[in-house]
Amino acid sequence: MTDMLEPRAMGRDRVRHDARAKVTGAALYAGDHAVERPVHLHVLQASIGRGRVTSIDASEASALDGVLTVLTHENAPQLSNADDAELFILQSPAVAFRGQIIGAVLAETPEVARQAAGSVRVAYDVEAHDVDLRADRDDLYAPEEVNAGYATDTDDGDVDAAYDAAPRRVDQSYRTPLEVNNPMEPHATTATWSEDGLTLHDSTQGVHSVRATIAPLFGLDEDQVRVVAPHVGGGFGSKGTAHAHIALAAMAAKVSDGRPVKLAVTRQQMFSLVGHRTATIQRVRLAADEAGHLTAVAHEVVEHTSRIKEYAEQTTVPTRSIYATPNRRTSHRLAPLDVPVPSWMRAPGECPGNFGPEVAIDELAEVCGLDPIELRVRNETDVDAATGLPFSSRTLVECFDIGALRFGWSDRPTVPGSRVVDGWRVGLGVATSTYPVHTMPGSVAKVRSEGEGHYAVHIGAVDIGTGTWTALAQIAADALDVAVECIDLEIGDTSLPYATVAGGSSGIRSWGSAIVEAARRLRSEHGDHPPEGANGESEAADNPDTEQYAMRAFGAQFAEVQVHCDTGEIRVPRMLGVFAVGRIVNPRTARSQLVGGMTMGLSMALHEQAFLDRATGHIVNHDLAEYHIAAHADVADIEAIWVDEEDPHLNPMGTKGIGEIGIVGAAAAIANAAHAATGTRVRELPLTADRYLP
Amino acid sequence: MRPFDYEVATDAPSAVAVVVGRADAAFLGGGTNLIDHMKLGIADPALLVDVTRLPTGEITDRPDGGLRIGATVRNSDLAADRRVRERYPVLSQALLAGASGQIRNMATTAGNLHQRTRCVYFQDVTTPCNKREPGSGCSALGGYTRYHAILGASEHCIATHPSDMAVGLAVLDASVIVAGVDGERSVPFEDLHRLPGDRPDLDTTLAHGELVTAVDLPAPGRPVRSAYRKVRDRASYAFALVSVAVVLSVDDATVTDVRIALGGVAHKPWRAHRAEAVLRGAPATVVSYERAADAELEPAAPQDGNGFKVPMTRATLVATLRDLTTEDR
Repeated sequence: MTDMLEPRAMGRDRVRHDARAKVTGAALYAGDHAVERPVHLHVLQASIGRGRVTSIDASEASALDGVLTVLTHENAPQLSNADDAELFILQSPAVAFRGQIIGAVLAETPEVARQAAGSVRVAYDVEAHDVDLRADRDDLYAPEEVNAGYATDTDDGDVDAAYDAAPRRVDQSYRTPLEVNNPMEPHATTATWSEDGLTLHDSTQGVHSVRATIAPLFGLDEDQVRVVAPHVGGGFGSKGTAHAHIALAAMAAKVSDGRPVKLAVTRQQMFSLVGHRTATIQRVRLAADEAGHLTAVAHEVVEHTSRIKEYAEQTTVPTRSIYATPNRRTSHRLAPLDVPVPSWMRAPGECPGNFGPEVAIDELAEVCGLDPIELRVRNETDVDAATGLPFSSRTLVECFDIGALRFGWSDRPTVPGSRVVDGWRVGLGVATSTYPVHTMPGSVAKVRSEGEGHYAVHIGAVDIGTGTWTALAQIAADALDVAVECIDLEIGDTSLPYATVAGGSSGIRSWGSAIVEAARRLRSEHGDHPPEGANGESEAADNPDTEQYAMRAFGAQFAEVQVHCDTGEIRVPRMLGVFAVGRIVNPRTARSQLVGGMTMGLSMALHEQAFLDRATGHIVNHDLAEYHIAAHADVADIEAIWVDEEDPHLNPMGTKGIGEIGIVGAAAAIANAAHAATGTRVRELPLTADRYLP
Repeated sequence: MRPFDYEVATDAPSAVAVVVGRADAAFLGGGTNLIDHMKLGIADPALLVDVTRLPTGEITDRPDGGLRIGATVRNSDLAADRRVRERYPVLSQALLAGASGQIRNMATTAGNLHQRTRCVYFQDVTTPCNKREPGSGCSALGGYTRYHAILGASEHCIATHPSDMAVGLAVLDASVIVAGVDGERSVPFEDLHRLPGDRPDLDTTLAHGELVTAVDLPAPGRPVRSAYRKVRDRASYAFALVSVAVVLSVDDATVTDVRIALGGVAHKPWRAHRAEAVLRGAPATVVSYERAADAELEPAAPQDGNGFKVPMTRATLVATLRDLTTEDR
């Protein structure tokens, strides 16, 4: 049981602290910071899928007015640490994937840098590349563990025997495509070397994690690197780890005679340089008794990793916790390909890994002749099978109950294809949503009395557009029992106390817990009226309940889908998400997070697909005209609501994290609704018109 | 992008003279496609001759009851023009199905006709492309072909023409007025764009330096039914998977006159002559429409990634004709 904070400012709608600055353009992003005499950098990328650079002719580029240097593996500064092959750029002529950084042009203006980059001639020794993800490859392997430290495989009970004996079964293969994060603000870095070390203005989800990654690369102590990020225009995981462009900017700054270097990654370059979500091939087997109780669940996934750096998406992890069953098997197998390095994308593992099983559950409901909500309710569990621990709270059934009423679930057409309105077939679908409560220890907050009841609150957290500036001030206000206006928050700088990354939906929980503990320390040491300058500094308090309980957020996703009778065009006029995510700190920013997640889920369901060309080895639809995300006209009525969930085991604020759960389950709900509309079961995303052609 | 010179044209003949005299010069309209190409390295004109201030920004009535659309009329203005909406609704619908409001505010009539394929390989200078670099090969063959041609393609190029407006114009018996060094000529709309053959680098039949100054539309004639129907991968701001423009006259349940054009299926707006021939004089029934669609699609040759376009085109064409003739008008 944690010492819960009494919500006063928390739970109240509050306008974003940074709203005015953002809409007036006053908020500075990574590329905006004014520096003196900046050098501009343009990336050179490999145009082969695998091999070696044999020569680089930069004579034409170097001759252009305004070009300072063309950086290549032949003249780049040596890096000190080869542990991360993604970041160890320009240290050899080897090319590991198409689009890899093989050089850069430093010039007086971004235009000249870009022009010069276009005239650099590169010759290669080409080797055959392989970017073909198939489940029948003979080089699939089991990684030692999958992302976030989960076990690669699990096997409980006797799945095969239970499956063979079951009267109701589903055995299908599902596929999700390669997807790319595409935050609105492209990645950008401004790097400056001085006698004291390196300063980076970076578009990142974690200033301290960038520092920890970049410092050893250049043989620096962490205190010689400063990373600053007051405002970030979205990340969705692609800014959660430091990618190679940051190393490149720092390298370039090292050879620019002390001048700062600015690097803005282009949208096209983002498709190969800042991570992506692997495609997945998921075989799902479900077995149930006549009443729909699951007797066996198997979820076996094949996905890719880059050859030079392993990233194993934890795709089956949600299957280990979501429903009760005595027999369960999950596994991950990786195909090592000559692809850019995959990484986190909003709800890694949980999001793609929800799609197969939640469509399979819909198929099982059909096989069993049950309402898909009723089937899910029958397989509810109080215990997390992955850990054997009871859930600290699990309010999933209430989410379904509330959602079913609000969405008109009982009025849905239950025979697929039976409702046609104005030439469109109409159907409703649901899916369960879930996301773990990740614990990320280590964040430190500092609270200082500034006199007259005002307090400075310092923590190196980052606001990636989620509302951190606003929500942390609300938490600090309640922790100190003062008005929000009395809080002077500072975030987004490694000169502030250490903070963990804005990832895994853990930010507010991790940073807020530290702020609460620092405030309590200030109060316990200095009382209600601390003298000006009095400090409290602390990490979050230990929470023994994390050993006693499994902690997860849950939700119910509802979707209405229309499929055109003639053309198969698919539209989603309504979505409803009902979430059980602990306490809500700020309803306004929370709704924005949840609706945003659902919108991204809609986009995943209907649109997103990076086409990795086997012959060329790269994503060929690498811009926002050709890599479709939902346009405004695709996004109709999306509503996110939440249940009042009081969970005393989580943290002093009682929050579970809301950044990612909104995307989880949205695609499955839409796919299930499309089946209800048409009778056609599509098991591969995205759900495009051609798949529903009559 | 490379440095370039820029001048503003004040009259068409001198604009033509300048561009004809320089192989590295290009006309600049709204810039919604050419500027992208310059940034991507697909085009690098050394001189841009801005024609948007030529006196070609008006839509004027013609004595025969038709309209003359100036080359630099913006797509938004053309779509909103009352005469266009009343006499040629299929054109207005086609325009509004294309691009986004912001792009339509910039894009011009002539620029729209000259826009180039969005084939991802054409737009990526790191890949071979016969249209961009003749003789280098076609990367789309065996690659990403969802938006590629099923009709009239060649072994050298399977790209599609991206315009919606042009598909609408293709059913209106339009003529394109072109200024050249020897004066003005009129090009039947169907002869403006070309199939790729072994010269996919050429999108149109115009010579370098010829300048489109207007598009003429004849009077719509007797009351006709018309529609533009576009099927795409998202509800807005996407190129057509398939689009259909139809102008149709029906008397006594018989099709007396019909013009059909297809978008998203070929290197040019595809006039569906085979389908028209089947329909002319045929009963206005779904059976006729299906026969017409099948006749048009008989020579269709899809790629691995766009086989769906054949049934999708068929379904869209049949449904468009059906919807035009089932309601009592």
